[in-house]
Amino acid sequence: MTAPAEKKIVRPYGDTTGDGMVQVSFTLPVPHDKRAEGAAVQLANKMGIDPAMLVHAKQMGDGFTFFVVYGRVNHLVDLSQVQVVERDFPLLSAKEVNAVVKQKLRRKLSVVGACIGTDAHTVGIDAILNVKGIAGEKGLEYYRELKVTNLGAQVSVPELVEAARREKADAVLVSQVVTQRDAHLHNTREMSAAFREAMPAGKRPLLIVGGPRFDETMTGELGVDRIFGRGTTPGEVASYLVHALITNKKARA
Amino acid sequence: MSGKLDLDPALVARARELARRAGQPVVDLARSHTTVSVERAVLRLAGVTGADPDGIPWVNRLVDAVVADVGLGHGVAAPVFDAMAREQMTDVTLLAQKAAAGSVRFTQPTGRAATAARKAARRAVAAGVRRIDRRRAERDRLVKRYGDPAQRPWIYLIVATGDIYEDIPQAQAAARAGADIIAVIRSTGQSLLDYVPEGATREGFAGTYATQENFRLMRAALDESSKELGRYVRLTNYASGLCMPEMATLAGLERLDMMLNDSMYGILFRDINPIRTFVDQRFSRQVHARAGIIINTGEDNYLTTADAVDEAHTVTVSQLLNEYFAHEAGLADWQLGLGHAFEINPDLPESFRLELAHALLARELFPDAPLKWMPPTKHMTGDVFRGNLLDGFFNLVGTMTGQGILLVGMMTEAVVTPWLSDRDIALQNVRYVLGAAGGLHEDFVPAPGGFIQRRARRVLGEAVDLLERIGDQSLLTAIAEGTFGIMKRPADRGKGLDGVAKHEADYYNPATEILEGDRP
Repeated sequence: MTAPAEKKIVRPYGDTTGDGMVQVSFTLPVPHDKRAEGAAVQLANKMGIDPAMLVHAKQMGDGFTFFVVYGRVNHLVDLSQVQVVERDFPLLSAKEVNAVVKQKLRRKLSVVGACIGTDAHTVGIDAILNVKGIAGEKGLEYYRELKVTNLGAQVSVPELVEAARREKADAVLVSQVVTQRDAHLHNTREMSAAFREAMPAGKRPLLIVGGPRFDETMTGELGVDRIFGRGTTPGEVASYLVHALITNKKARA
Repeated sequence: MSGKLDLDPALVARARELARRAGQPVVDLARSHTTVSVERAVLRLAGVTGADPDGIPWVNRLVDAVVADVGLGHGVAAPVFDAMAREQMTDVTLLAQKAAAGSVRFTQPTGRAATAARKAARRAVAAGVRRIDRRRAERDRLVKRYGDPAQRPWIYLIVATGDIYEDIPQAQAAARAGADIIAVIRSTGQSLLDYVPEGATREGFAGTYATQENFRLMRAALDESSKELGRYVRLTNYASGLCMPEMATLAGLERLDMMLNDSMYGILFRDINPIRTFVDQRFSRQVHARAGIIINTGEDNYLTTADAVDEAHTVTVSQLLNEYFAHEAGLADWQLGLGHAFEINPDLPESFRLELAHALLARELFPDAPLKWMPPTKHMTGDVFRGNLLDGFFNLVGTMTGQGILLVGMMTEAVVTPWLSDRDIALQNVRYVLGAAGGLHEDFVPAPGGFIQRRARRVLGEAVDLLERIGDQSLLTAIAEGTFGIMKRPADRGKGLDGVAKHEADYYNPATEILEGDRP
């Protein structure tokens, strides 16, 4: 969005412009003594903090010491060189997701999820769909305006297509954990082919797969709309659903 | 019950009566149904152990075989011990293995065969219950020898690496650093497994699998710690999900001291069938009562999905229901670790006073229960400095309102699973607050008619209103219509429904008979 700016250098700020002051804390697996404190200062120096002030050291248990270090870091940051990967859809809160669905779609958005093939690992799909959620984030069931059908494990592709039809699914979420002999890739291709065969292009639900071993760039090859990898949260999936199905719908067609 | 809040005793009595009215139909339902997990728990008490080469426990194989031949509604005890007599076997696990191989047929015995089978089943299950009794007596002895923690609340810390052999040194380190209770968080998704994994496990997703062997290993390690530290260190796990009755049984057999055991959590948060949950829950609580285990309920979870101010009364309602179900199952007040949490948005004006009012309300409603006070999670951000301050205020409420069990809050909640240093800083926070203000509850009396009293009374009033509404339509309908949290959970849907059966006229369960017949 912004044109490459001219070189602009900044340094951390303690209480004076350009002082470069930072504060870090860490643990070393050694008992607390003079040598441990020396080790902490050495680590701080290697991190670019010089001079380093060791302001706190406390032994924890038998063989660990916790340190707090303040000091001047000698690294510079060039703002014009900063590169960030932009998410191609905005991250929305549960409230915002509900509001957009309610206002723009004017009905509940239907999501059908399953683990397909012989994969019995529902950890992924449950983390995304169950209210319980993951990492403190609630799953899609928690969203008032989403209607979630979780088919669970070992669902066959025809069963999934049938459930998607019955529930008038706007989106189908498939989780694949097992990767022996590329089972996750075969299963996904089978699934996307079945949906292409069963439904005309405009009527087909959004197809999303997720799992720890997928390459997020393989959407075209697998015939799906989106791939989510390790560490995906329910909020990201919900935000994507709103983006792809409502706010940015034309772009998909 | 005048107490610090000057609650109206008539209103408190009314709340309890309404909770009983809402809960009674559920108890009737639980008394007239059984589940595969209840029956598996009976077989575990009768002595079935181990798993097949695929890791499926023999209790699962045996129950499946009985169900295939005679169905679930008679209970498995009579058909199993009838087959034992016919096959002239004495080892139930061996019978399970034969049944799994398809070489035993089961029938529902009648007449003298039925009497004999019931008698044999009762004898075998009674031996299992006696083992639980012995473990309870052993706990009493150890508590006497090493003593309880010097202070209240007891300090509750979580470990969960996924590897039981990593958990053990971490738990022992935590005990040394001041933890009175160690909870081993389960692997994500274990609640939805319809079997209990076997053996020591070294891999889990964000937690360690609950298995009988893992229970045994951790309890033995904490016995060492108790000896070293001169105080009895308690161990906690989870009786929740699809295997609640079996988890309770294994906990009793391995002398766990506390179990998470909520009446509605699985229904609301895991979409487990309501009937399955209530049947399993009643049996598991009967086992906990017998084993002298303190249960921890999960009201804190409501506040992670709902607003902690607007929905504060749903916590009170759930506590009252949990109390009713617990008493009905034979648990005493000292075994009720009713849950609640510090989850009000800290940006809200007077949030701390509101927290004090809610925590004190729970304390005064349940004066003899060791309430479980849960730390902030929803409003913890990556700002660890603010998080540490919030945890300090949480600890202060805990000590000012005399909570029984304090789950130590981590400033890195929502950031990382706790590091060694995070845990140390969190315990330092607890020690400071308890050391500096441990007796403050003696001096702290809210002003008569002031903010805290008014707020507590209002929450109690709203709880009574909600219970009135539930009373007219039964708890199952209320759950089906989304009264708790926002999840609608109809009684004919959800996971585990196919493992539920209505009792036939000749249903027999020796464990229930023993647990209900001679409560200690």
